[in-house]
Amino acid sequence: MSEEAPFTIEQFYKYVEQGKLMGGRCKKCGTIYLPPRPLCTKCFSKDFEWVEISPKGKLLTYTIIHVAPVQFQSMAPYAVGIVQLENGLKIPGMIRDVEHEKIEIGMELQVGFEKPSATASQWPQWPRYYFKPV
Amino acid sequence: MKGKPLVSIISAGLSKFGKLEGLYGREIFAEAAKEAFDRCPNLDPKKDIQALFVGHMGESYEHQGHTGATLADWAGLLHIPATRTETACASSGAALRAGIFAVLSGLYDVVMVGGVEKMTNRTTPEVTEFLAMASDFPFEQWHGITFPGLYALMATAHMHEYGTTEEQLAMVAVKNHHNGYLNPKAHMQKEITLEKALSSRMIAWPLKLYDCSLITDGASCLIITKPELAKKYTDTPVHIIGSGQASDSIGIYERESFTSLIAAKIAAKQAYEMAGVTPKDIDVAEVHDCFTIAEIIAYEDLGFCKTGEGGRLIESGETTLEGNLPVNTSGGLKAKGHPVGATGTAQAYEIYLQLTGQADKRQVKDARIGLTHNVGGSGATAAVHIFRRE
Ligand SMILES: [Zn+2]
Repeated sequence: MSEEAPFTIEQFYKYVEQGKLMGGRCKKCGTIYLPPRPLCTKCFSKDFEWVEISPKGKLLTYTIIHVAPVQFQSMAPYAVGIVQLENGLKIPGMIRDVEHEKIEIGMELQVGFEKPSATASQWPQWPRYYFKPV
Repeated sequence: MKGKPLVSIISAGLSKFGKLEGLYGREIFAEAAKEAFDRCPNLDPKKDIQALFVGHMGESYEHQGHTGATLADWAGLLHIPATRTETACASSGAALRAGIFAVLSGLYDVVMVGGVEKMTNRTTPEVTEFLAMASDFPFEQWHGITFPGLYALMATAHMHEYGTTEEQLAMVAVKNHHNGYLNPKAHMQKEITLEKALSSRMIAWPLKLYDCSLITDGASCLIITKPELAKKYTDTPVHIIGSGQASDSIGIYERESFTSLIAAKIAAKQAYEMAGVTPKDIDVAEVHDCFTIAEIIAYEDLGFCKTGEGGRLIESGETTLEGNLPVNTSGGLKAKGHPVGATGTAQAYEIYLQLTGQADKRQVKDARIGLTHNVGGSGATAAVHIFRRE
């Protein structure tokens, strides 16, 4: 099934729902995309395969959001950051399960997976991944 | 080609910036257009202006898209071709470039460019959400990252890498508020102290309220022509001698660096080369200080100082009105205000005033060469222009 799954953001989040961080590897030049893309922007190949990405990494930068958009207001203040995973790729996300004062650049974090919301009725119905201490 | 005028500005207009209660975007643009027309008595707008390009970021604020034609009508310019350009907060920087292309193509002699945004009719959470639309949706917005949040990610990285301090960030706000205090059209016409900036409420750590630009209504415009026709309209044209624009990934997380904007560096290089000038030649600059950290990064990206030394440059006082390179004499986005679609040409308006000696209390003495640096979103677009007086 995973071989045929389209290399889309929609599919990336379907894997998140299954508790997996998956990227798309270009079969021609080997570049891994996280999130996956349908077209390799290095060699223009469309030939990809799914690869599971190690969910461990280091925090590159972060902030604490105090003024949040409407849909996140109940969570504020919350921490978000950009994590560089073990394979070198970077993704942004919320940092949870750690006191804000203890967050620091360089700290080790790993990806956690939220249960998909059963109540979402509008597009998009993506579950969220997040970062937590190792 | 180097230093040769691409086009010449023969007039410019700017509405009052601020919370313009009860005014709709098109009405605000009409105010800016009227100033530009009045400033240039030799221009017959209906007869001479052949095309309009306007920057406008979002339909959400006023439930109104299709801005090009609307503004042409309300500026009294029906039935000229009118087109909206959208590159987030750099929308009117892109409109200016579209106008330059239109004149350079030979198709038109006189073109109006400008921009508008009406924002204060919305609540802060709504504006926060609308502005965030200029950032990546599936990975940034979806995970609760706001616009101030993106620049806060850059600020944290800059502080970590180069030792930039929250005080240095606040100094940008203090400087720009001082300049805005001298600008009757600025949204915020009040001085602030360093203590006040540092103790203001947190928006996205380390960025506080006074590190953020304002939610503002406003419009701006320029009228440009071929350099050889400029003297027909005015004795004091301002020539555009360099223009650059570049793009980057929409998500900042995909970029190599979080402490500089590559698109701005590329756009600046193009503009400097076209103009045949170096950063040392710039007498006055308007840079995209949507957040205080953005001005510090702009100093570095534009070559006003070395990489990592932006914090020390603001501290040195060189970018104040009394310094060697005054930056954001208008008050910048920080104090003049940031009606996003209007900002690019509003920056050019300030440089136009400076280079024609009309900047009044904030006039930079003998300003000859000016620069504008206009950034879209978190840096996925940047446009840089260089101007020279006659
Ligand atoms: Zn490839």
